Amino acid sequence: MMDVAAQLLAGKVAAGARAIRWLDDRDPRAGELLRRIFAATGRAHIIGVTGPPGAGKSTLVDGIIAEERRRGRRVGVLAIDPTSPFTGGAILGDRVRMSRHALDEGVFIRSMGTRGESGGLSRATYDAALVMDAMGYEVVIVETVGVGQEEIDIVALAHSTIIVCVPGLGDEVQAMKAGLLEAGEILVLNKADREGFEQTWRHLELLLHLRGDGRVAGGWAARLLPAVATRNEGAGAIVAALDEHRRYLEDSGEFARQCGRRSEQQFLALARAALMADLLCGPAAELLSHVRARRLDPYTAAEQLSAQLRAGRTPR
Amino acid sequence: MPTVPARPLRILLAKLGMDTHTVGITVVAHALREAGMEVIFTGLKQTPEAVASAAIQEDVDVVGISSLSAGHTRSLPRLARLLREQGAADKLLVAGGVIPEEDVPLLQEAGYARIFIMGAATAEIVQYLQDWWSARLAAEAARE
Repeated sequence: MMDVAAQLLAGKVAAGARAIRWLDDRDPRAGELLRRIFAATGRAHIIGVTGPPGAGKSTLVDGIIAEERRRGRRVGVLAIDPTSPFTGGAILGDRVRMSRHALDEGVFIRSMGTRGESGGLSRATYDAALVMDAMGYEVVIVETVGVGQEEIDIVALAHSTIIVCVPGLGDEVQAMKAGLLEAGEILVLNKADREGFEQTWRHLELLLHLRGDGRVAGGWAARLLPAVATRNEGAGAIVAALDEHRRYLEDSGEFARQCGRRSEQQFLALARAALMADLLCGPAAELLSHVRARRLDPYTAAEQLSAQLRAGRTPR
Repeated sequence: MPTVPARPLRILLAKLGMDTHTVGITVVAHALREAGMEVIFTGLKQTPEAVASAAIQEDVDVVGISSLSAGHTRSLPRLARLLREQGAADKLLVAGGVIPEEDVPLLQEAGYARIFIMGAATAEIVQYLQDWWSARLAAEAARE
């Protein structure tokens, strides 16, 4: 049995790949692994790429990989595609558009199914990004499934989020206003050679103006950039904007704060799960059976549980 | 809604060689997804080197090759050798497509567990992989 943690910390791809499999499969070995690699994380620039289906996310990611490689950085990619909620199966095809990097040892591409999560990511995506971070990839790109208005989990995960739009969305842009387009540090209007480009561009410009985040002193003003991913146009400017954003995060102290917030979220989620499991084996078990039989209402039950726990804590 | 298995089989489907016939591999991919597997595509005109690298990055359990042009007697054994050399000998290798029956022994010798020659039913491929995966999971559970 290879020592997966030690080997991935040394940058071995097979070990990193196995670690991500454990995370994805909820293998019991995953917890110990994360403990061992944690100290080596917090360095990578995690970049989210999201947008509606068919916007050209994978092709754009392919161009961003090439630009990052030109700058000498090693790149990890997590490409998320939907899992069928009925069969649990998935067809993961994002790497097809990135196949020119197949033999580049500085690029590690991993496809993941959403496996029942609904926010455009999978449950293991963040921990998988930590694995790539610990392996020494300077940049980790997370490509979400094609999303609509509200699947913006990526914003909480990534340091920098790119929202990919296409011309002719018109009314859809209106609809996206309340969700996706309120987030995102970089907006890319892909397929800029298409009809309707200028109209959508003006629309997005107005939207960013209304967002007004550039008016906050010392704040980050979101960028709007054109691209034609299939002709490999626009990736240079996108990576330049990403670099600028990373510098902004570091200079403002936000990079470290974001890493801290994500650790906090992980801790709270894990603690919640652990405490809940304890409670369900112990004091909550009886209350739960009453609630399930509708002998007791859930509100009273929760209050009684809380009162019991408080009483248990108080020295007599 | 049926429960999603905690640990689905992951399979890489790839095409070696210069042909661009994708109907067969697409039909198989959908059937495997319907059977609850995670199917990873690498695209057309792949080299054995690129497929080996993708199989390791994706940590798949099975590598399935579709070959519809000549050259499989060289490229398929080469892929098997590359995987062994890179420490990935634990992956099940299968192949299908236009492969003459007389080439089957050579490919089995090279490490391919099963060759689905012309006329193999999709259901046969699904059943074979499901049986293999159940046996693998059972063997792992027995070891623990």
